[in-house]
Parts: sequence; structure tokens; C-alpha cells
Amino acid sequence: MTNMKLTRRDFIMTAVKGAAVAALPLSAFKILSPSEAKAAIKEANVRWGFLVDTHKCVGCGFCVKACKNENEVPYDVPVTRTWVERYVVLKDGKTLIDTPHGGREGFTEQKVQEKDVDPKNIAKAFFVPKLCNQCENPPCVQVCPVGATYQTGNGVVLVDRTWCIGCGYCIMACPYGARFFHPIHKVAEKCTFCYHRITKGMKTACVDACPFGARKIGNLKDPNDPVTKIVMTERIGILKDAFGTKPQVFYLGLDDNVR
Amino acid sequence: MKSHVWRPLWVLLGVIALALVARHFVVPSDFGVGERGFMYGFHRKSNEDDWKAFKVKYLTKEYCKECHEDKYESNMASKHNLIECENCHGPAIDHPDNPAKLVIDKSRALCIRCHAKLPYPTSHRGEIKGINPDEHNPGEECSMCHDPHKPDME
Amino acid sequence: MIPEAAHGAELAIHGAEWTIKELFTYPNEYIYWTIQIVMYPYLTGLVAGAFVLSSLYHVFGQHELKNIAKFALVFSFALLIVAPMPLLFHLQQPQRNFEVMLTPHFTSAIAAFGMVYSFYMAIVASEIWFVYRKFFVEQTIALKTKEGIGNTLLRYLYNILTLGAYDVSEEALHKDERAVKLLAGLGIPVACFLHGYAGFIFGSVKANALWMTPLMPVIFIMSAIVSGIALCMLTDIVIMEWKKFRVKTSKKPWEMTAEEIGGAEIHIIKKTSTYLLGFLIAAITLELIDLIFRGYTAMKSWDILRTVIYEKDFNKIFIMQYGMGNVVPFILLLLPGLTVRRAAVAAVLVLFGVFMMRWNVVIGGQAFSLTFAGFMHYHLPIIPHNAETFKEGLFGALFMGVLPFVLFWIFNKIVPCLKFKQGEE
Repeated sequence: MTNMKLTRRDFIMTAVKGAAVAALPLSAFKILSPSEAKAAIKEANVRWGFLVDTHKCVGCGFCVKACKNENEVPYDVPVTRTWVERYVVLKDGKTLIDTPHGGREGFTEQKVQEKDVDPKNIAKAFFVPKLCNQCENPPCVQVCPVGATYQTGNGVVLVDRTWCIGCGYCIMACPYGARFFHPIHKVAEKCTFCYHRITKGMKTACVDACPFGARKIGNLKDPNDPVTKIVMTERIGILKDAFGTKPQVFYLGLDDNVR
Repeated sequence: MKSHVWRPLWVLLGVIALALVARHFVVPSDFGVGERGFMYGFHRKSNEDDWKAFKVKYLTKEYCKECHEDKYESNMASKHNLIECENCHGPAIDHPDNPAKLVIDKSRALCIRCHAKLPYPTSHRGEIKGINPDEHNPGEECSMCHDPHKPDME
Repeated sequence: MIPEAAHGAELAIHGAEWTIKELFTYPNEYIYWTIQIVMYPYLTGLVAGAFVLSSLYHVFGQHELKNIAKFALVFSFALLIVAPMPLLFHLQQPQRNFEVMLTPHFTSAIAAFGMVYSFYMAIVASEIWFVYRKFFVEQTIALKTKEGIGNTLLRYLYNILTLGAYDVSEEALHKDERAVKLLAGLGIPVACFLHGYAGFIFGSVKANALWMTPLMPVIFIMSAIVSGIALCMLTDIVIMEWKKFRVKTSKKPWEMTAEEIGGAEIHIIKKTSTYLLGFLIAAITLELIDLIFRGYTAMKSWDILRTVIYEKDFNKIFIMQYGMGNVVPFILLLLPGLTVRRAAVAAVLVLFGVFMMRWNVVIGGQAFSLTFAGFMHYHLPIIPHNAETFKEGLFGALFMGVLPFVLFWIFNKIVPCLKFKQGEE
């Protein structure tokens, strides 16, 4: 009995050692995965980026309307791929913020969240359009358990509607509230930078719909692109940089109050 | 290794083998790691084409110009030249095949998106000519007096 | 012009039915993770706890726990099967759940969870097999002589369950015992890992100010063990007392055995409650450390978190979770002269407290907006009026709560784990 015990223990020890040795070259092999090597060689020459000029935005909401129609997100539901926020900073330091229906009907009332605002008391007021930041390190993609959401080589984060299981983890992981469940397809939904348009040489529906040029899309890898030029030369801001997501939507005239 | 002790392990390996077989048949063949590596690029490659094939609906002024050049010219000569035709006329989609006629939004609600006066000193909105929708001819359509294609002529 | 479906406010927005928004929130924000996501870590926690309890006997030789160990093992298996079901109820595309196993994206805590879960399932199932192998063989032989379709089917079942291993010699059984010990030992880290992972799912969401803390996995493990032990203790008490009650009403006093009169054994309860107290202290300590650090460091999110913790959710956190769920049972178990009844009350309160902890994490984490300038309130759907409000409502949760017991009742017919006759192995 004791003899047998010893031999078995020996066997297990040998097996463990053997497994450890075998695991070494296996892990080394994994680091050199072919796709990663391929990615390193193939340098994409397009990286889509976005520029929002908050000085120019007037809160008409045409962008939201166009986005909803273009991308078949039902108009009457409150969820939306892009939206416009209104910030009214009062002279006493209070900040009033709202986004009625995501701003799809524009901002036509002086009341903010049903509160009357005395025009004399306004220190500054402005509109901030929001959309998916197409982060360089998208936390939403990192947490997808099945590989249903991903970033394309040119930096756009997309959702595979045939593969999404609808767990909502990506929605939870996005610090910007850019994601939601599509009310018809019942899968995670988000701004695609109008992938079907930009890949055909067009601009996004929201950029086209904006009368004031508050929204611009461009290729950040092209130094002559107007967006790239502004991003390189002007003082720009990004949203919630502390999360380390590296947003690729840049803002001109970003304020401390912007959430 | 002949001991009965290993039997649950064989069952486990059998289940794993079954899962691998199922994986072979169920998972699309183009599913794999893309340009952004495993963390950000693990996906079905053909889905990118699915998104590229999505229907374009807003075709911009350049498309309208092909047939309605007169309207295009008059709009471009006006202060409203920065507005897309489709913002008021609706997305062209396959017009004139589908839809044959576009539905024009002449509503007050559309105009006051910009022209409801908001007293915002640091925003471009504050500079746009505006009205108080509750006091300025409430209930009337703006186009009764104002031509949206030639707004400065009143 | 626009597809017909594009209009219509009657379209159900997931989450809109039970979310009430206050002040400024982003338009896409709703309470997307609801009561089923509360049930999920709760059940996983019970699994881990029950398994650790059974291992205390198998690995660490805590002989007082011998009777409860077998029961805890089978019960943890029943719980284990139910544990991922709340997730299934919660998915928008539940029919695609298998993708987690087919194309696992391992940078996601949920995908890795699927693998750890399966591995753990294999361990528990194997351990049960080793514990009951002798019984399977005996049943296969015993049922041969019995007539009837039921017995034949049962014999086939047991025959399959033996996996063709009929050797019940002393030596073979000795091997079984050693395998059980090994698996029980291996199972402890895996159980902790499994539940730590459930904590990681929340703790790693950097977008959520309440969830994001490296302590989350450890807090989850501790509270898991607490709840698992409490559940086993409670179930053991209920079953033993029920037997005692049945025996009393059916048999004449002189036919009863000492075992049957006894009901739940107080020395087992006392031993179990010692463990319960230890893990309870660890759990509370960790949670308090987390709270104190948040307050002391007062990062950007603290303003809104403070409003949620000390104002909006005060009753749920300090009265229900810490007060009723921790302090009261703590005192009940520590007061001298512990009785079975008092232990049962304490166990119920502990279970409630851990449930509230899960609630306060999952729902509490969504009680405030990502804007830090608004709030969201969750209104639990009680009366279901569609599939969604059933699945993510009170009855969906109750269904999940009852299911493990139903499964256990079925399992107990096949692998009896409540027969504590004297002289039995």
C-alpha cells in the first residue's frame, strides 16, 4: 500500500513537471499568433475621427433626426445613437443640463427641465452634441463575451447583429452612455460613424444634416484632412479622459461642466 | 491509467470533443481575430460588409441638384444655403422611384428648431434671428409669410 | 419614406418599463441589469459557499460536518445548474447563449466565467460520482431482482451512472476516497475563483463608480461563503426538524430511534455557525474598508455616491443589509446558549443580508447616472403583464429561487443525501 502511494505520488509529480515544461513552448507559440503579426505588418492608412465644435452648435437637433432616419432607430423612442445636450450655467454658479428626447426636436423652449430661467441670470449657455467616441481602447469591446462587437481596422466600433447575445455588458462598460438595446433587433446598438456612408466616400448623416458645420468627420491618419489639421493645431478636448479609453471624438470649446 | 478513477475525465473529454465539433459547424468560418488583435478585433469578418451594405437614405444636395437645379440654385443663393434639402424635404432614399414624392415638412416645429429665440450669450444660437413661438403668430405656418428658399426677401 | 417600424412609441425600450429617471441622465441610460443579475451572483455565491462547507469535511477532516457535507455537495450541484439561468432570463437573445462557449472572448469576464463555470461543474459532478459510485453499483445489482418498468428504468439510469466501473473492492473504494479528497481540495480554489470572477464582472467595469474596486471579487467570495454556509445550515435544520416532526406524528414512541427524535443536532449547528461568524466578520470588514476608502479619498464620484449610499439607499444598505442582515444575526449567534431555532433565524437573516448586498451592488450601481448629475430608480415589476416583466420581475426571481430546491428534491431521489442512518458510510 505505502509502496503504491509513493509511486503514484511520483507519477503525479512527474506529470506536473512535464505539463509545466510542455506549457512553456505552447505559451511562447501563442504570443506569436499569426493575426497579431499580420496586424503589425499591415498598416491601415485610415483612422476615422470626429470633431465637434460646440461654439457652432445651435441645438436644432437635425443631426439626431437624420441619424435616426438614416440608421433605422425608431424616431419616437427615447434611445438614440447621437444626441444633443444643453448646458445653461447661471451667474450663481448653478448648472442646468437637459436633453429632451435626446434633442431630436431641437431646443425650442427657454425652460430647462421644466424650470424657468431668467435670461439675465445666464452666465453662459451652449449645446454639446454627443455620439460614440469610437475609442482607441473601447471598454465596450473588451467586455463582449462572444466577439459580437469589435473595432474595425479603421477604428470604428461595430456590433454584429447576428451574433450579439444581448447581455448588456457593453452598455454597462461604456462611460459615455453611447450604447443601448435596439428596440426592434433586440441587440446592442450604437453609432457606427455611418459606416455604410463613410466607406463610400460620403460623410455621416449627422455631419451632412448639420447646417452650421458643428460636426465634422475625417481621417486622422491623413495630415491634410481638415479634421486632422484642426486636431493637430487647435486646443481640443475629449470627454472623460480619466477612463483611459482614448476617445477619437474631439471637442472644440469643451467646458468643465460638460458631463 | 487503466484505473476507474479516470472515467469522469473521459466523459469530460468527450463533452469537450462534442463542443469542438459543434463549434466547427456553428461558428461562421470567417470568425477570427481582426486587425485590432484579440481584445478589440475578435469578430466575424463579413459583418463589416453587412454594415457597408446598409441602405443609404440621405443623399445630400448634390443628388437633388441633378434634377432640381433651379431649386438648388435659388437655395444656394439664399441665407439658407447651409441647410440640406433633405432636412425639410425628407431623405431621398431612391427618389423618384421610391418614394415617388417626398413629404415636405412645413411645420412650425421645424423652423423653430433654429428660430425660437434662446438668449444664450456664448452660443451661436444667440446670434440667430429668432422669435418667441408663443407670441409670434402662434398656430400659423411660417411659410405663409416667409419663403424658406428665399428667407431674406420676407 | 421611413420603414413602418420606425415610428410608434409602443415599441418596448428595454429597461424603460422599470426605470424612473431623475434630473440629468443620458438618453440611453436605463436600469439594464435588474433582479436577475441580483439573483445570479447570489446563486453562484450559494454554490461556492455550499461547496466550501462540504470540503471542510472532505479535505480538512471537520468530522462534525460529516452529515452536512454530503448534503451540501449535492445541494451545491443543484444550485450550480440553476446559477447561470438568471443570465439566460436576462439575455435579449437567450437562444444564442451557447456562443459564450463557442467563440469565447476571454478579455470579457463573462466569457471566462463560462469556462470556469464548466470546469467547476465537471469537478462537482465528478466528486458526486466518486462519493456515490458504490451506491450506484449496489443499486444496479439490487434493482435486478425487482420487477416493474420504473425499476428497470431506474436500473438503467444507475447503470449508466456507474460509467461501467463496477469494482467496489476495498482498494477501489479507497481510490474513490482519495479522488474525492483531491477533487474537494481542487474545488475550493475553483469555487472561490468562480465567485471571485462574478465579483470581477462588476469590479472591472470602470465606467461604474460604485462597482469599480479591486476589493469587489474578495468581497463577493466572503459574502458567498457566508450565504452558502447559512443556506446549508438552514436547509439542514428544516429537513431534520421536518423528519422529526413526521416521525413523531406517524410512529409510536417506542419505535423511534434516538437519531430520529433528535432532529437537528446542535453540535453540528454550533460548529457551522462558528465558520459562519468567521466569514461574516471578513465580509463586513472588507465592505467597510471599501466604504471608508471611498469617503476618505473622495474622488469625483463620491458626491453622487454619498447621496446614493447615505440618502437614497440608506434603508437598503444600513438597515436591511448591515443591520438586519449582519448585526442582528451576529448577535444571535454570539449570545451564549445557542438553540436550533435561534440559529435558524440567524441563518435566514444572513441569507437576506447577502441578498440585499447583491441588490445594493447591482441595482445600487445603476441608481445614479453616468453624468453624476442624475438618478435612476428601479421599480421591481410585481405583476407580470408581458414576458419581459415576468423574466425581470418578482416572479422570475422567485422562480429562480425555488428551482434549486426542486432540482435538489429530484437529485435526492437518485443520489440520496439525507439518509443519516447510523453505521452508514
